[in-house]
Amino acid sequence: MNLSRRDTLALGLGAVALTIMPYRANAAADDLIAAFTGGAEVTDGGVTLTAPEIAENGNTVPIEVSADGAEAIMVLALGNPTPPVATFKFGPLAGAQAASTRIRLAGTQDVVAIAKMSDGSFKRASSTVKVTIGGCGG
Amino acid sequence: MADGVKPRVKVPKTAAAGEAIQIKTLISHQMESGQRKDKEGNVIPRSIINRFTCDFNGQNVIDVTLEPAISTNPYIEFAATVPEAGEFKFTWYDDDGSVYEDAKAIAIG
Repeated sequence: MNLSRRDTLALGLGAVALTIMPYRANAAADDLIAAFTGGAEVTDGGVTLTAPEIAENGNTVPIEVSADGAEAIMVLALGNPTPPVATFKFGPLAGAQAASTRIRLAGTQDVVAIAKMSDGSFKRASSTVKVTIGGCGG
Repeated sequence: MADGVKPRVKVPKTAAAGEAIQIKTLISHQMESGQRKDKEGNVIPRSIINRFTCDFNGQNVIDVTLEPAISTNPYIEFAATVPEAGEFKFTWYDDDGSVYEDAKAIAIG
């Protein structure tokens, strides 16, 4: 099989497109974050996201989020077919701006928590979870 | 209507006034994500609980938006401040429009 100069270029472009693909998945998450923050700057720290380092079963991964003085916390799983996981809004009687739940993860990926603080700023925390068995079925 | 949906809530019976207590909630629900396929390859339609709220004497404690990435039998644990004796009201909203409710009274002591 002979490869012309044009074919080689096309192959190269295809390879570049493939390597860019994962970033496109993240772009969806970036859009979600932008929708939540309204485009405000998000700084690291101020939020605690507790997740296991290794989850044997991606169907139930226990996580805990907390952020003192937060109004709301959004949790995203960047590697899931649909990245949103949950949004916790804290009312006037919340004893602490913290909650725990169990989530599904399709595979090894980063879990991100974004907190909206009462002063209008946004904080983020992320944690990588290794998943041995994914949780999205067949 | 999903079958066998049963909410379970754990709240202490008494608390000191102004104390923050830990509340654990669980509702049995299959939380079908809309990603899975059956034997014929057809997508099983999404059927989840999409919202959970907890109120104490009419004041909001927590309001959670749930997405398909929440596990089967959604479990939520959180803290609530108890300013006076009263009743916690828990509400779960299903995709199909059903609403499941539970209530737990708490005394000051």
